[in-house]
Amino acid sequence: MTAKPAIDAGVPHAATVVARTQESPSIFTLQLRLDDAAAQAAYRFAPGQFNMLYLYGVGEVPISIMSDPGDQGSIGHTIRAIGRVTQGLSSLQPGDQVGLRGPFGRGWPLQEIGGHDLVLVTGGLGCAPVVSVIHYVLRRRERFGKLVIIQGVKHAEDLIWREQYDHWATLPDTQVLVAANEGGALWPWHVGRVTELFSMARFNPERAAAMMCGPEGMMRAAAESLLQRGLPESRLFLSMERNMQCAVGRCGHCQLGGSFVCRDGPVFSWGQVKSLLAHRGF
Amino acid sequence: MSTPTVHSIKPRVAVHKFSSCDGCQLAFLNLGEELLVLAERVELVHFAEAGALDPDTEVDVAFVEGSLSTPEDIERIQHIRQHCRMLIAIGACATSGGIQALRNSANGAEWVAQIYSHPDAISSLERSTPIASQVKVDFELWGCPVSSSQILAVVNSLLLGVAPHDNADKVCTECKRRNLTCVMVSHGVACMGPVTRAGCGALCPSMGRDCYGCYGPAENTNTDALAAQFRALGLTPQAIVQRFQSINSQAPVFLAAANKVKTR
Amino acid sequence: MPVAQLDTLVATLMAQAYECHGPVVENGAIVMRELAVPDGLPRGLQAEQAPGHYRLTRDPLNRYFAWANGPQAIKPQVFAPKESMWRVERDAAGALQFAAVLPEIPKQAIIGVRACDLAALALQDAHFLRDGRRDAHYAQRREQLFLVAVQCAVPASTCFCASTGDGPTPTTGYDISLAELAEGFVVVAGSDKGAAVLGALNLSRATPQQIDAAQQQGQAAAASQTRSLPGRLSLSGGNLRDVLMSQLEHPRWDDVATRCLACGNCTAVCPTCFCHAEMDVPSLDGQASEHERKWDSCFGESHGHLHGTNVRPDIRGRYRQWLTHKLATWNDQFGRSGCVGCGRCIAWCPVGIDLTEEVAALTTGEAHT
Repeated sequence: MTAKPAIDAGVPHAATVVARTQESPSIFTLQLRLDDAAAQAAYRFAPGQFNMLYLYGVGEVPISIMSDPGDQGSIGHTIRAIGRVTQGLSSLQPGDQVGLRGPFGRGWPLQEIGGHDLVLVTGGLGCAPVVSVIHYVLRRRERFGKLVIIQGVKHAEDLIWREQYDHWATLPDTQVLVAANEGGALWPWHVGRVTELFSMARFNPERAAAMMCGPEGMMRAAAESLLQRGLPESRLFLSMERNMQCAVGRCGHCQLGGSFVCRDGPVFSWGQVKSLLAHRGF
Repeated sequence: MSTPTVHSIKPRVAVHKFSSCDGCQLAFLNLGEELLVLAERVELVHFAEAGALDPDTEVDVAFVEGSLSTPEDIERIQHIRQHCRMLIAIGACATSGGIQALRNSANGAEWVAQIYSHPDAISSLERSTPIASQVKVDFELWGCPVSSSQILAVVNSLLLGVAPHDNADKVCTECKRRNLTCVMVSHGVACMGPVTRAGCGALCPSMGRDCYGCYGPAENTNTDALAAQFRALGLTPQAIVQRFQSINSQAPVFLAAANKVKTR
Repeated sequence: MPVAQLDTLVATLMAQAYECHGPVVENGAIVMRELAVPDGLPRGLQAEQAPGHYRLTRDPLNRYFAWANGPQAIKPQVFAPKESMWRVERDAAGALQFAAVLPEIPKQAIIGVRACDLAALALQDAHFLRDGRRDAHYAQRREQLFLVAVQCAVPASTCFCASTGDGPTPTTGYDISLAELAEGFVVVAGSDKGAAVLGALNLSRATPQQIDAAQQQGQAAAASQTRSLPGRLSLSGGNLRDVLMSQLEHPRWDDVATRCLACGNCTAVCPTCFCHAEMDVPSLDGQASEHERKWDSCFGESHGHLHGTNVRPDIRGRYRQWLTHKLATWNDQFGRSGCVGCGRCIAWCPVGIDLTEEVAALTTGEAHT
């Protein structure tokens, strides 16, 4: 107890919605810009990190940042309207204000995986924390090997960013595999579980790294499959989700064993969390 | 979460009464000065206790107090439902049938015959039931009576365009936040706090007495464990049944708990 | 220090503008409240405690501090049960203006702090004052504290601080420490602030016999404790952390779930539990909103809430989360167990679930991984 504490109440910055996109019936994207121009210019994030978005009078929610880290004009968040705050956020329009704290947490280990083939396995809206990795990699394509993008959804209509998947599929050394448990008319991809796509992924396990984000059951199945193919455990990463209210490892809701997901994650290596993922309830 | 939200600039609000003591409507009137602020933000088109009378008009939000206990009640609640966008049941009567639902476990006709000289003049249903037994309810606010702060929180949420926050935590959480001493542990009284929904601010424990469950069941209750502890504290099975069969006797969790003790 | 000078100590602190908090009898228990006068400390009370049971009884020796502890440690004084973190207002143009809300805290002296309370405070410090992310609200309160500790001479049946290494004699973290003997108090200063206050009291030196008596009293108190948690090396399968984490599917979790009310009282009275929820309280006129935090519990629904689902829907999962965090994974975060042996979770559990008994059941027999 020596020096006076720095004020660290973690007060949000005002930000304004600059664009809103309806991605699916329940999913929307808000592009935000901090009202303080200097703060916006200084804002940097790493793919995989998240912000706390505050809806006036209602509260905060943790939302991963999906925009291109190279784009410093706005900060993108793709959100499913499911709770009080997210349903309220869904009615915001360009010009409306929110509060923003962030970025928080540890993102994907992009330095460590340079030079590797990348396998990205996502389920549902788990694609959001990973899409900024795709942007990052595509801007530095020469630093990485093959890129395999695997995405699974429950219903065909849950798939967002269809044009992007179509576009990525046309890029060299890039494979796009998409599955829906329930397809629909004109569904061009696989109908079935996303796990059924793993055997089609083309990459060299010995020099590959994988990143996963989605339902825990899906990630467990994906990890099992990737490890079986020879991917080393040390290059298997996943983004975890828990209730987060403070975002700085203080409020305790996101505890996963000895980790605070908000501070020590949300990105973990498989070895860090595999033992607890085997048990329901942590 | 399918609760519709209200985006009108100044929502039209009605407060209706069914079989009840009017105590929950008082949660509005007891707002005092804030009631004036509220009147700035919503249009109170029907609220008999406050003087506004227009029960048939279209509204954005209908607050409904009281239980359904006459054939006429059922017609009226259906009419209200058809003329509101959002229906909020307030209080124990509207959410579980209330204290008058004690008759659900008794022979109501016999009671009527004993009390009234012309029982045939009484037209009441055999059971007193919550609003949700007849129409879709968008949000339930439990409590006997509900508190003004609960009402404010609901109104604020509606004005902000979001669903109200559903606080189903136990009374114990509010009790400990108030730095109160657990009366069950320090006095050995049969407190219902560990199975009862928060919202009252632990009013009874703050007066040194045991909670009697007037806010209805909380989430994830372990009524078996509480009943076992009541036995250990010396309560007879009948006394335990009475703990669960009080203000919210027909709330399924409390009804099941009482029946389980009865059949042991 | 003669018995009669205890009041003088409190008066001295009051004269130095400390808001003095100390034991007060309220609703059948010893609670820490602000003292209106220096000579009002309760005397001659013991706290009889057992699982789910707390009663004040007479102390035949008429001591001031023969009660082991009350329903709360000093957690509420530093980690407020409910407080505003920040506030947002709409300015004249309707734009959002955010501002931190920091509490104004007077100098506070707390009289009657136990060794377990001090150990718990050190853990709360480790959490809330962690380098790089100091919690300003906690720090504000913590800096104002002046702690007068007392040695526990009469542990309750629920106490097990000797087994966790946190008591019953305060060894660190206090400004002044007292050991109560029949003829008065053996007093030790633990800080410059404490020494300055004692200097004003003109006390005579304790005799070697008195110092020895105080030490023996502490040892006797430790020896009288009947409950315990296994130490790091006393389990055949390794330390408590590893053994518990190898028992995550033990049938005992189902068993305790049939008894646990999931009321969260154990977490509220636990002096090291730090979980809190954040929520907004908007003003009715629509022009401002307070962002508050309040104590929360891993036994509540919202703790494991995750957009439309719940990570820990049942009581089994909630109890397991609490106990494994407290006694096992706390080590990963803070380098030691999160239990200081105060026994509050045992006494203040309305149905008397005994943590030490659960641990004993969970750590015997084969592993259930």
